[in-house]
Amino acid sequence: MRREAQPIEAIEVPDLLARVGERKAAGDRLIAISCAVVEGVNEITYSFEDRDHAFTNLRITVPPGATIPSTTPVYWGAFVYENEIHDLYGLTVTGINVDYGGHFYMTKVPFPFAAPTPAAAPAKEEKE
Amino acid sequence: MAYMKRSPWIIHYDGSSCNGCDIEVLACLTPLYDVERFGIINTGNPKHADIFVVTGSVNEQNREVIRNIYEQMPQPKVVAALGICACSGGVFRECYNVMGGMDKVIPVDVYVPGCPVRPEQIIDGVVKALGVLEEKRARMKAGAPAEVPA
Amino acid sequence: MTRQIVIPFGPQHPVLPEPLHLDLVMEDERVVEALPSIGYVHRGLEKLVEKRDYKDFVFIAERICGICSFIHGMTYCQAVEGVMDLPVPPRALYLRTVWSELSRLHSHLLWLGLLADSMGFESLFMQSWRLREHILDDLESTTGNRVIQGACKVGGVRHDVSNEKLGSIVAGLDELRPKLDDLVNVFVRDDSVKHRLGGLGVLTEQQAWELGAVGPVLRASGVSNDIRQIGYAAYDELEFTPVVETGGDCYARTMVRAKELFTSIDLIRQAVEKIPEGPVEMKVTGNPWGEFYARSEQPRGEVVHYVKANGTKNLVRFRVRTPTFTNLPPLLAAMKGLQLADVPVVVLSIDPCIGCAER
Repeated sequence: MRREAQPIEAIEVPDLLARVGERKAAGDRLIAISCAVVEGVNEITYSFEDRDHAFTNLRITVPPGATIPSTTPVYWGAFVYENEIHDLYGLTVTGINVDYGGHFYMTKVPFPFAAPTPAAAPAKEEKE
Repeated sequence: MAYMKRSPWIIHYDGSSCNGCDIEVLACLTPLYDVERFGIINTGNPKHADIFVVTGSVNEQNREVIRNIYEQMPQPKVVAALGICACSGGVFRECYNVMGGMDKVIPVDVYVPGCPVRPEQIIDGVVKALGVLEEKRARMKAGAPAEVPA
Repeated sequence: MTRQIVIPFGPQHPVLPEPLHLDLVMEDERVVEALPSIGYVHRGLEKLVEKRDYKDFVFIAERICGICSFIHGMTYCQAVEGVMDLPVPPRALYLRTVWSELSRLHSHLLWLGLLADSMGFESLFMQSWRLREHILDDLESTTGNRVIQGACKVGGVRHDVSNEKLGSIVAGLDELRPKLDDLVNVFVRDDSVKHRLGGLGVLTEQQAWELGAVGPVLRASGVSNDIRQIGYAAYDELEFTPVVETGGDCYARTMVRAKELFTSIDLIRQAVEKIPEGPVEMKVTGNPWGEFYARSEQPRGEVVHYVKANGTKNLVRFRVRTPTFTNLPPLLAAMKGLQLADVPVVVLSIDPCIGCAER
């Protein structure tokens, strides 16, 4: 059994498109865009693989409800991930080539994975 | 022709099932189990169907689809909920997008639990559904409504 | 100018056992654009990690999809084992490999049958599924279940299989091989199959790679990419060459899957020859802390399970990126210019698994 190396490089949001573009130019495949809420902030990770299975990641960190640029001008197929991030996390992604406008997943609860926003937090306290 | 036994036609819809039950439904139609030898046919058209076989649970988006299929079926009709998700929501009942079993949107006549249901159980369930179908037919013949209000 | 109309396809459609909805923008019989709308099977199971112990979650991971069930369970375990850096006993890794390949055999036979059905070749559908029952018997006699096996656990597998039993599986597969040859021969040589599949839904190598295609869809377009090459489970100790075709059409995708049946049989033989003696599970104590991406090759292509843990018994985040999800953009590209009657075949050619894709 081998466990593969999986370096994760933290980058800034303004650099995102340029860095993703570098990967495309190097001939990498976009594996996935994943989002996770860790201690109230969203970690968005872009995973890539080259032709020899070398697995690498770029990660941006944004606050709840933030706006991030779409990577679909670089990778056409990224719209599935970006619509998913919008529908499940409530982040806004600008400039998606195929924008479902929130109708990718129809969930009973809006933005089920979203981090509690400062506005929503007091309401929860009142309930308690 | 009323003296003849009838071969029910089935319509299958996958609620939010994981596929486990669905492939077992299909396995029932293929050579090892082969319910088609009894004239049981899987149809795609609700208006041709006698038994509605549903797998998986109800969620926000498929609620209307399930109701639609059910309402298009002619009376008498029987609903068989296959698998624990269709019966109660199963392991997914606590998910934010799962409303619960099929009986949240349509009346269910036969519950077949199991995760996933085995082909033998499915066949048993369909045979049971056939009995319910005959009862409903008899009620209709006597001039009563097929469905007894709960 | 031809008027454009939109034809809804699905969610309840005779060719798909699962609900998928497509809006097909048509000009006469030609598809100009296809847009999927999904969510009919979205359960939101990733969120359940917050309510379930990380060890119990294996049962949920297996139920992401009933067809690719074993490999989902295994990949989830690999992700947790990666976070905790567990030395999984080698015999367990070999058993996982055998079960993975049995799953691939049953899934590919299932798919060959569904493809035949979508072409209206009913007897071929029935024959594929008849042979598939042999594999399900092997799975049932070694794990107790036909479809969702429940065989994997964090730190190993739930039960051992005797060497005699493993030997009899290999012997059984040898008996099955000539029947599979006969079946595959029909897919390879039959004129009506070639006529329905050849030149249909073409993806070039560049398109397939850049749009994120994985698995047989990618390999049918000439890219030699198989995640088993990264050497998870026991694959680093077994020899195999990924099956690659260059046509990029539905016929090439069929060929890849048909030939992979024999790769799987060969891998099972190798694994059974090399399997070491020893325990099949290890004691797992404590809670995971950290993050890990586990990748493995499903019958439908690469699957990624991501786990993030903070030292409690509930994970912070579990994410799964399934092969069907990332094969959707290539599918949309492959559908442009199709005739309406060919849409079901091309949709099936990516082996869509909606249960997986929407979770």
